[in-house]
Amino acid sequence: MTALTDAEIRNRFPTLFDDGLAARARRLAPWAIAFVYILFCFWLFDISLQKLVTGLDRMWIVVRQMVVWQGFWTWDFQSIFHGLLETLAMAFLGTVLASLLAVPLGFLAARNIVRFGFLRHTVRRFLDILRGVDQLIWALMYVRAMGLGPLAGVLAIATSDTGTLAKVYSEAIENVDKKQMEGVKATGASPLQLYRFGAIPQLMPVFLSLSLYWFESNTRSATILGIVGAGGIGLQLSERMRANLWDQAAFIILVILVTVAIIDTLSRIIRERFIGKRDL
Amino acid sequence: MATTDAATADAAVTRFEDHYAELSRQRQRRFWLFAALFTLALLFSVNVSNFLPEPLASGLPRIGDYIYDTLPVLDPALLFADTRTEGSVAYWYFNLPKYLSLLFTTINMAIFATMLGAAGALLLCFAASRNLMRNSAIYFLCRRFLEFCRAVPEVVFALIFVYAFGVGPAAGVLAIAIHSAGALGKLFSEVNENASNGPIEGVRAAGGTWFDEMRYGVLPQVWPNFLSYIWLRLEINIRAAGIIGFVGGGGIGAELYYVISFNYVEEVSAIVILIILTVTLVDLVSERLRHRAIGKENLV
Repeated sequence: MTALTDAEIRNRFPTLFDDGLAARARRLAPWAIAFVYILFCFWLFDISLQKLVTGLDRMWIVVRQMVVWQGFWTWDFQSIFHGLLETLAMAFLGTVLASLLAVPLGFLAARNIVRFGFLRHTVRRFLDILRGVDQLIWALMYVRAMGLGPLAGVLAIATSDTGTLAKVYSEAIENVDKKQMEGVKATGASPLQLYRFGAIPQLMPVFLSLSLYWFESNTRSATILGIVGAGGIGLQLSERMRANLWDQAAFIILVILVTVAIIDTLSRIIRERFIGKRDL
Repeated sequence: MATTDAATADAAVTRFEDHYAELSRQRQRRFWLFAALFTLALLFSVNVSNFLPEPLASGLPRIGDYIYDTLPVLDPALLFADTRTEGSVAYWYFNLPKYLSLLFTTINMAIFATMLGAAGALLLCFAASRNLMRNSAIYFLCRRFLEFCRAVPEVVFALIFVYAFGVGPAAGVLAIAIHSAGALGKLFSEVNENASNGPIEGVRAAGGTWFDEMRYGVLPQVWPNFLSYIWLRLEINIRAAGIIGFVGGGGIGAELYYVISFNYVEEVSAIVILIILTVTLVDLVSERLRHRAIGKENLV
């Protein structure tokens, strides 16, 4: 038996080497569509080569200024760190308020608590609206209605998070383990005691854990609320960016990143040590 | 004998009770510690954010007024009258063609940014997977870079790009794309880390380079997961594209920012309702599509 030459292999398995025009077209079609779509987007967003080049030039200026910090000791650290505290306070208070409001709403939206469909669906649609409008839009509306400052930020976080937390709370309530409640019922508990000793001990850790999780995510989102005027470090950041003080802006971004990392670590420790690991 | 038994039993009970009391004391101490810390944080927050009865009492009613103001004046008798009649839906949505074109731009911003972000994530995710990248310096750099892209909010990137590329959708697209690249890159590399080693070794045995290993050994395994993450990201990005206009990133957010700033109150509700409808519609469609995809997989 002699070894096959390339030509012989080609002859024997033609489809391995060339599966025809149709297959090739099918393979190339996604790339062609993507290419045309990209061109369309360039046209739609008014992106031109010249714009990109000048933009990259300016980008380079920004990056250079971000790395070279000028007059570091003259910066206004007091307002920066006050802004940071404000952001943390906004996130904390917003999450606490949202959690308090979400408990009754979560019970009202839970299938196993409220059997009356109309009420449950009304509550759920209301929560959908709270959640559907972005936090930044709420912040902008509150700033418009109440003026600049962290108060608008607290209310914006509380509003949108009431929607989210009530939804996840209601899911937790729907997943309550019936056996514990039956056990409590068997001891002759009243309906109120049934929930107090049968349901709440199961729900409390889940609720706390969820709220902690949202506090974490709020410390991230609260940093940008200031950009529309709702107080906190975002205000400091956007002011400096608009004044083209990129070195100070870079410092503030660093401060935010470090703070968020610290909060993440702390809340992970709290969750693991005191609430117990569980899947959300 | 009996007395010693009773004595040991008694001792055991006391020991148990002591232990129980100790545990509940510990629990109580921990509870009060947390309660104190919580109260302290709460007081501090209330103080810093000025969450006091007085500004709340004067501010909260204004929010009600504001939301009431944004609601349109609709006259049931004139509901379907033309654009010029006050009280009709057409009067409320007189700017609908403009909104729709802005919504179209917004959705395309989200799609384009998701494409760019996915491409960036795809380029970096293999080098950011522990099992695929043997050079730990490159691995470390890619990881940190993706982390940075993910940790900085879109809006902050947008502020930078608005300065560099000018006000408009281009800045918004870039900002969302970079943030998406960071978020997707992390998810992608996690999928990669669970990829089976067999195909990779096969490609290596056939004489493939590192790139061949990634392209023919890893990618076919992980691609379905990548696609589902990209799809999820698209949903998130449509929301993001809706607000990136607040800082000059183009799309419907720019218009919303404009009407809120200039107090064109009825247009506020018109646009917000459109945004909610769009987001809901996208959620519904994508849920339908996902169920269909899952259904197909189950059939095979």
